[in-house]
Amino acid sequence: MEFLQLSDRGFLWLAATVYAAAFILALVSISRRRQHSRGILLTIVAIGFILQTTGLYIRGHASGSCPVNNQFEITQFMGWSATLLYLVIGPAFRVSLLGFFTSAFVTIISLVSLMIPSWDVTQTTSLFGNDSWIKVHASLATFSYGVMGILAITSAMQLLQNYSLKKKHMRGLFAYLPSIIELEQINFRLLAFGLFLLTLSILLAIFYMAEPTHSTKLLLSGAIWIGYLIVFIIHKLRFFSSNNLAYISIFLFILAVISLGPVANAIDHSKDNKKQGSLSE
Amino acid sequence: MTQLTAQLLLVGVSHQTASMEEREKLVLTQDRFNDFYRGLKALPCIQESLVLNTCNRFEIYSVTQAETSSETIEQISKYICSFQNFDNTHFDKLKSVKNNKNVLEHIFSVASGIESQMVGETEILGQAKEAYAFARKQESLGPVLNRLFQKTFQSAKWIRSHTSIGSGQINVANVAVDLAKKIFGRLETSRVLVIGTGDIGEKTLKALRSRGISNITIVSRKMERASEIAQNMGIKALTIDQLDTSLHEHDIVLTSTASSTPILTKKTISSALRRRSNRPFFLIDLAIPRDIEESAAELDNVYLYNLDDLAQIADENLRLRKMETTHGKELLTERAEKTWTHFTARFSHLSKD
Repeated sequence: MEFLQLSDRGFLWLAATVYAAAFILALVSISRRRQHSRGILLTIVAIGFILQTTGLYIRGHASGSCPVNNQFEITQFMGWSATLLYLVIGPAFRVSLLGFFTSAFVTIISLVSLMIPSWDVTQTTSLFGNDSWIKVHASLATFSYGVMGILAITSAMQLLQNYSLKKKHMRGLFAYLPSIIELEQINFRLLAFGLFLLTLSILLAIFYMAEPTHSTKLLLSGAIWIGYLIVFIIHKLRFFSSNNLAYISIFLFILAVISLGPVANAIDHSKDNKKQGSLSE
Repeated sequence: MTQLTAQLLLVGVSHQTASMEEREKLVLTQDRFNDFYRGLKALPCIQESLVLNTCNRFEIYSVTQAETSSETIEQISKYICSFQNFDNTHFDKLKSVKNNKNVLEHIFSVASGIESQMVGETEILGQAKEAYAFARKQESLGPVLNRLFQKTFQSAKWIRSHTSIGSGQINVANVAVDLAKKIFGRLETSRVLVIGTGDIGEKTLKALRSRGISNITIVSRKMERASEIAQNMGIKALTIDQLDTSLHEHDIVLTSTASSTPILTKKTISSALRRRSNRPFFLIDLAIPRDIEESAAELDNVYLYNLDDLAQIADENLRLRKMETTHGKELLTERAEKTWTHFTARFSHLSKD
């Protein structure tokens, strides 16, 4: 399906280019020691978001489901979720530099997913079958990873601010970072929201998945969920310093991204199983 | 009858041309301002006038007849010297004179803080606004100076958003406040503990209070002394014996005692940190010798700054501001040129030179 003579990937390439432009604009402003206009950055990211939404809509329309059917789509959807969250919380919390870091994050994951053709294998059957609840599970899980992606960004911002204050480096990028307390509060809210979505998606999987598709994926997902739950409890009870929690949040997000690999493998697995099944028949 | 052309003229002295002793003799005291304006307006050459009178500069901006420029400068100089009882020959050596477009460039730079001793400071803009308001009250302004100062205020605001001329604090007390904001964000709800009273400590405390902090406690070795200060400043007081038990209740600790040994050890701070559930701690040590053990900085969520650290940040900010002045001046020169073109088109009686 094409729209305005552009394919789904065409729109996604355009979106990645616009995100990259937003990132470069913010980077140039910071390197020139100027505070970039938050409104301009937000507008550029919003344009990128519209283009990405269009690209993903075309794919979703073609497959008749939410576009989370292969690693490429999952990565794109995760970036889309992170951008959506930035567009919602960016103006509300007025977190300086969040746009800069979000545009960098989304540019990287969009470009990586677009440049690895093997991630975008066309599936004859979806990993999640035709069960709409399982598709909701997959979409919610991917969306929660997007939220955790933003959490990893704000955690990195907190660690940078801590480094700046400890090492007494106040110039450049450090001059524009939000305060430690603001970042702590944002991190806690993002963690609570992401964990809520992840829990919901896992509950849906438990109730509606007929048989486990891939044990490594399930184990990893469970481990990530437990990890985030522990971080949430520690955060609430303030057992650790917020810097340690920031490190753990980044580590858990990396683990979550790595766990997307087994999802792709699971797709191949299910295809092989189906082929073998049809041969034996 | 041909209309006489007018010019923008500036006659004055500043910290760049005159010493503090010389400026002290020339700067007007508040009570003599009305008289000075009355005499200035009475000078036959003056059509419009404004006096910018600060501790660093005494400048008269005026619109005068262009044809008699040197006589006009002479008249204004003589008037200043006679009013302030200053030697005229000596004044001639100190004074700087500018006209037309150069006046625009100059006042744009002055109001932006580029020409200030503390580069990028904003106080000068407030002083320029006050001078403008006073001149309006004296009815000494006309359409040219009125427009000139409106454009000046716009330029001063514009240059701050387009350069880093005003970024970063350049005095120790404000650097400390900026750091506190980097840790706590909004400071209104932060709790401050002040241990000892020194000059810089008092200035820092004032700077913190000016940002809305009201929850302040002062600690002194003697309760009477602490109570006295607390009563004067409207804050709470504690004795040094109560320090260990109340340290954790505060977010910002400001020390400036004359103690020869540290009064806050790493162990004390570590214990307070646990009691405040790992919330960040901002410790400002303004004492020499230091009041807080240096190793306390190793603790997670503890941000320890001493006098040298704050001074270094202030110096670095000042250095960067100075670096930015060349760029700022270029931008303002460009802007002044454009404004001057508009001026000569709008006010046909102004000399185009």
